[in-house]
Amino acid sequence: MAKVTIPIGPQHPALKEPESFSITLSGERIVEMDMRLGYNHRGVEKACEERSYIQAMYLLERVCGICSHSHSTCFIQAVEEIAGLQTPPRAQYIRTLFAELERIHSHLLWLGVAGHEIGFDTLLMYSWRDREVVMDILASLSGNRVNYGMNTIGGVRRDFTKEQLAEVLKGVDILEERTKYYIEVATEEPTLINRLSGVGSLSHKDAVRLGTVGPTGRASNVDRDVRRDDPYAAYKDLSFKVITDTHNDVYGRTLVRVGELMESYKMIRQIVAQIPDGPVTVKAPRKIPAGEAVSRYEAPRGEDIHYVKANGTDKPERVKVRAPTLANLPSVSTMLKDNNLADVPITIAAIDPCFSCTDRMIRVKGGSKKKNEVLSWESLRLFSIGWYLERGIDFGSLNKTMKKLDRK
Amino acid sequence: MANEDVIRQELAAKFPFMADTIVIKRERRIFAEVPADRFMQVFSHAATSMGFTHLCTMTGLDEGENLAFVYHLARPDGTLLNLKLAVPKTAPVIKTVTHLFPGGIMYEREVVDILGVRVEGLPPGKRYPLPDNWPAGQYPLRKDWKPDMLDAVQFTKGEMNNG
Repeated sequence: MAKVTIPIGPQHPALKEPESFSITLSGERIVEMDMRLGYNHRGVEKACEERSYIQAMYLLERVCGICSHSHSTCFIQAVEEIAGLQTPPRAQYIRTLFAELERIHSHLLWLGVAGHEIGFDTLLMYSWRDREVVMDILASLSGNRVNYGMNTIGGVRRDFTKEQLAEVLKGVDILEERTKYYIEVATEEPTLINRLSGVGSLSHKDAVRLGTVGPTGRASNVDRDVRRDDPYAAYKDLSFKVITDTHNDVYGRTLVRVGELMESYKMIRQIVAQIPDGPVTVKAPRKIPAGEAVSRYEAPRGEDIHYVKANGTDKPERVKVRAPTLANLPSVSTMLKDNNLADVPITIAAIDPCFSCTDRMIRVKGGSKKKNEVLSWESLRLFSIGWYLERGIDFGSLNKTMKKLDRK
Repeated sequence: MANEDVIRQELAAKFPFMADTIVIKRERRIFAEVPADRFMQVFSHAATSMGFTHLCTMTGLDEGENLAFVYHLARPDGTLLNLKLAVPKTAPVIKTVTHLFPGGIMYEREVVDILGVRVEGLPPGKRYPLPDNWPAGQYPLRKDWKPDMLDAVQFTKGEMNNG
């Protein structure tokens, strides 16, 4: 059959961020894939050289809409190492708490995207609804759903009371229960298993050879996790398992991520139980002495690495950022080889490429006579039931019918 | 720091010419400078015989007269070996490491674009990360480069490859 090359992207409905894939097909089968990246190149590294360390930290927090805490922590660890600052243990624990909350929000987001890409939109609705629990925790602790602004050179900017931390645990209990259900779905639901098994295969050998990181590598049994291998923040005090899997496909990547959620809950409970008292910051100099440091951090998508070189002024000489997605992208061509064209979206989504998600909406206009009304979760639910009732769809009776069917 | 010392001693014994440059900055962080003509020998040894099986990334630096490149190699136990080589700006050429680390292809394309180094042996392919019509000879991460330098030059047309 004659080979056909089709372009996907840089703007394409199946992609959530600009990347251009050029896919060569023989019939439905993918023979070859080439890609062009860099559409979101914003010159952040150059910009950091013209900013003070604290400004650079805020800029780097905005490298990614999801792993914002990852990038700022990774950078600030390198700066603190050069300056020889001893970050207080309590600050290390708070950084770790945010790191794990961020991982939960990122993995639940991924689960929804993965569900959507395979046409399982119920999973998207469920997991994104549950993700709101962790978003609310993050918002109540930091004031923001993303870009928490927790870090500063020498520590963190906010301290938390015992009551605030106890609230976190309440949310974690809900999330854990919901995640148990997702693990049940992932291990027992035949639609999901059949759709994802054997799709986007990446052998263990290829995963190592191509330098994959994070859940993408761990699903091909690459037993690497910076949190355990090169511990930073408070990870050396925590006990957790590194989740690996031997399915080597998108299904394996799903199992690794839901497994990691359970480990994150475990870690957060340990953090809240063990968090030491004391200050959350030490005084940091404005000018950082000359030197260099490399900082590694296990972001939700895998190893994030920052190299910082200081020259004795208040501005860095060089900042190098390597986000996990760049390490994982070369493996996508191998994953897609001999797969069907229809598997492209889920395979690309399975490495969890990073895209911005900074929208937030709690103010709903209309719905009642008041101009601007803040709806609670319950009133939003009642509002939507009412909205459907007006249009002749009665979920109440539908639910009853479903329950009757269940009993049978 | 037993582990780090073992690595330093092995490197110093095998490659005496770089023994003085090996610095253990802290637990799991080793930095070393390698002369450009011996770089591939040292790099291959670290990658194939010393267990540094993961290339985290490479960093390009503008050091005035020279362009320097730091390769960050990781071992499964978390030790990071940072090997640095410098080449003169007048003839900036380094050799590819993609035969050892095929996943490193994007890191090499990146330094080609932003620092203007030639990477010998880098397979041809689409450029990264600058736009296709980016003018030739403009290397944004060099210290003497300023954004207004783009005003004076013509943007090229069509797709450009590098490597």
